[in-house]
Amino acid sequence: MRFGTRRGTRRPPASASARVRVPVPLWLPAIVALALVVLPVLGLLTRIDPTRLPTLLTSPEALAALNLSLHTSLISTALSVVLGGPLALVLARSRLPGLRVVRALVLLPLVLPPVVGGLALLYLLGRTGVLGGLLENVFGLTIPYTTSAVVLAQTFVAMPFLVVGLEGSLRTAGARYEQVAATLGAGPWLTFRRVTLPLLLPALGSSLVLTFARALGEFGATITFAGSLRGTTRTLPLAIYTTAQSDVDAAVAMSLLLVVIALVVIVVARPKAVEGRS
Amino acid sequence: MRNRFLVGGLVLLLAVLTGCGQAGNQGRKELTVLAAASLMESFREIRDAFVAEHPDVGIDFDFQGSSLLAEQIRQGRPADVYASADARTMRKVVRSGRAAGDSKTFATNRLTIVVPPDNPAGVTSFADLAGPGEKVVTCAPQVPCGAATERVERVAGVRLSPVSEETDVKDVLNKVVAGEADAGLVYVTDAHAAGEQVRSIDFPASHEVLNTYPVVSLEDAADPELATEFMAFVRGPKGREILAEYGFGAP
Repeated sequence: MRFGTRRGTRRPPASASARVRVPVPLWLPAIVALALVVLPVLGLLTRIDPTRLPTLLTSPEALAALNLSLHTSLISTALSVVLGGPLALVLARSRLPGLRVVRALVLLPLVLPPVVGGLALLYLLGRTGVLGGLLENVFGLTIPYTTSAVVLAQTFVAMPFLVVGLEGSLRTAGARYEQVAATLGAGPWLTFRRVTLPLLLPALGSSLVLTFARALGEFGATITFAGSLRGTTRTLPLAIYTTAQSDVDAAVAMSLLLVVIALVVIVVARPKAVEGRS
Repeated sequence: MRNRFLVGGLVLLLAVLTGCGQAGNQGRKELTVLAAASLMESFREIRDAFVAEHPDVGIDFDFQGSSLLAEQIRQGRPADVYASADARTMRKVVRSGRAAGDSKTFATNRLTIVVPPDNPAGVTSFADLAGPGEKVVTCAPQVPCGAATERVERVAGVRLSPVSEETDVKDVLNKVVAGEADAGLVYVTDAHAAGEQVRSIDFPASHEVLNTYPVVSLEDAADPELATEFMAFVRGPKGREILAEYGFGAP
């Protein structure tokens, strides 16, 4: 109560009249935008045949695809953390020359159409590719048509989300705490574990969810690089595409699986990714 | 000011919704043909021959897997003519009520083995494809070439375990051309079109499984007469000649 008289001068009144009003002409496109995002998903739901849904969702094809998708996406996400996390740190903290170019290169998979990514992987790691030929001749390893190819394609496409997310939060946080730790005598490794890592945790959560979601939805790079075979390389998006050729109801049911997973992902990630990190 | 924004926005919206790209084709007749991927080369040549006789006509093609196209047609994709790689897929379109009249068979096709020119896995017969370690690519059973593959497997009594099942015969061919597969099962016509890039190996069972290619004009075609004329041309002597050149059989 003692501060009652000072409150008004410290911040603007929180009454409704002071809220920023959205100009009326902007409401129409805003509503169209919302409709464009929401209506297609509703359209998908109207195509669902409730009587066939349980059978379609538990078909061997759907279950194999779901299983493969979850597995590969989790592995790709883990791989993205193990490799992309350190890359984000290097990009944010080190002072190597040419770092700006490297940062731009990391963004490449974000802007490249995934099919192009798949072709790129194929011409590097395919049997006729530079590295793939070597792997096959020397170690007898073939990457295309294997589950590893799916993981590689997903990591290629999804890892940049993690790198960009973590790097952004590192730059926003600044290097002050790390500098303080260094002046107090902590080595780089100790500083990383005790200062940088705890700073990163909130951003890591939301970046992880985005990376996982992108890996789960991967289609173009996978079908180009890994091929399509049930249980080995046919992830949910590929299974939906193949099934839609002959049985749309089954494809729609599988799509429903991805919609549900997407909704769960949004609900889990929302507090940090959408409402700004705290 | 406010109103002007609103009107501008509405005009833009209308333009987007109605598709403002429809002007500028006056005096020129356009035919949209949706055709099986395996018809790509032959239909392009047929178009050239047809347009030579009808200089005021432009033909747009979309070559995809027949099943995908059939589903798009069922969902209302506007087009004039649909040519499919098997009767099963055509029945889907006819049953959906979008076909104008009955479909007509214009060609037949059969499968063949294709291998890279140096034949790295030493394939000589259909049974070789089932060997362990062979990287064989086929079409998925959901599309016509995959359905034909299943029938050929039954006739030959050989079960294949492909490393990948593609949704389009051209994807199978491309994997072989790129050297990423030891062998693939494609149509005779695709092997023919690929020329020197692949070597094709004929096998007896393939002669017992023939795919028939039907063509149909679609309900609400922009120019039904032109659609009928194009279909007649495909089935006529000139069309037959070109199709035969690419390895298609007579119906």
